[in-house]
Amino acid sequence: MGSVWHLLPLMMLSGVLPLSVMADEPTFPRARGERCVEPVGVMRRAHFEFLNHHGQQTVEQGIRTGRHSLAGCIGCHAVRDQHSDWIPVSAPGQFCDSCHTYAAVRIDCFSCHRAVPEADRVMGN
Amino acid sequence: MAADDQSTLPRRKFLGRASALAGLVVSFAPGMRLIDLADAKPDDEAASAEVRWGMLVDATRCVSGCEACVNACATEHGIEMTDRPEIDAQWIRKVDLIDEDSGREISLPVMCQHCEDAPCVAVCPTGASFRREDGIVLVNKHTCIGCRYCMMACPYMARSFIHINLVGQRTHSPRGKGTVESCTFCVHRVDRDREPACVEACTAAGHQALLFGDLSDNEGELAKRLGEVQSQQLRSDLGTNPGVHYHGL
Repeated sequence: MGSVWHLLPLMMLSGVLPLSVMADEPTFPRARGERCVEPVGVMRRAHFEFLNHHGQQTVEQGIRTGRHSLAGCIGCHAVRDQHSDWIPVSAPGQFCDSCHTYAAVRIDCFSCHRAVPEADRVMGN
Repeated sequence: MAADDQSTLPRRKFLGRASALAGLVVSFAPGMRLIDLADAKPDDEAASAEVRWGMLVDATRCVSGCEACVNACATEHGIEMTDRPEIDAQWIRKVDLIDEDSGREISLPVMCQHCEDAPCVAVCPTGASFRREDGIVLVNKHTCIGCRYCMMACPYMARSFIHINLVGQRTHSPRGKGTVESCTFCVHRVDRDREPACVEACTAAGHQALLFGDLSDNEGELAKRLGEVQSQQLRSDLGTNPGVHYHGL
């Protein structure tokens, strides 16, 4: 073990980290849509800015474009279980939960927002 | 001043032309319009102050014992009753009144009155209670801290606080523990040119006691009807100028 820690600065310099130091990267079910409304890298970093901006605009001004709506995310990223019931995106291992557990960021969206698509879902809400 | 004049002149010209054009549109034919002013707004357009949404409740048509509006509201917004009625959310309620002298009985729904000068908005410490440009009074639950000042300030007892964790919310109506909520005039429907669920249900039940529309649109059905029948606002003495008007009280 001691030898690993001695080698760590060298490994970091060379861009190689021992697997035991890294946690498993989050995995989640594949989205249904063809591609995301923004590049994946942008979404990973800035999704909450999009969601927050869109949410405020919708609540305060009634702007209901679907592009950055939470309902839009859920529409693509929620999946069904073996009984074809929807699994909430906030359930363990699902789209939202997997990354947020990894990053240790607790989200509060789904105490109010529906975490599964609705049959007569209207985009942009 | 000179700069000011220069900048305002073209604008005035533009406005003059625009209003002339609007006149053409409005006077296309008697009783007909090419463009309906109260038409649904596009999805990417903000609610406009040129519209003021309101309602006329006709108490002479409202039927005692009928709960169609209340039930439609609950379905539309995913409001479920618990075994503790004192904590249940109540966006719209039916009230039966009896005049003790004459024995005359009336029934009417009471919900958020969507006041112009809304006490709930005035007292809210976070700005969560607000009035949309088009007159719809809402709670922004992202900013609501659940202090319930608005509930105490509302003269119509129109607001509810959510005491328990909720499940099964509707996509278009996010609701949750620790926030205050009330009738939204079904803002998600209104933005898409649909009537509130209660109005639709009342019409479907054959009573037609609820008429929803734009109070600012003089040619609209609501403003026309308000011009024809005697009506009043609840507690008009408070000067809140509600968007909901009542006929036959």
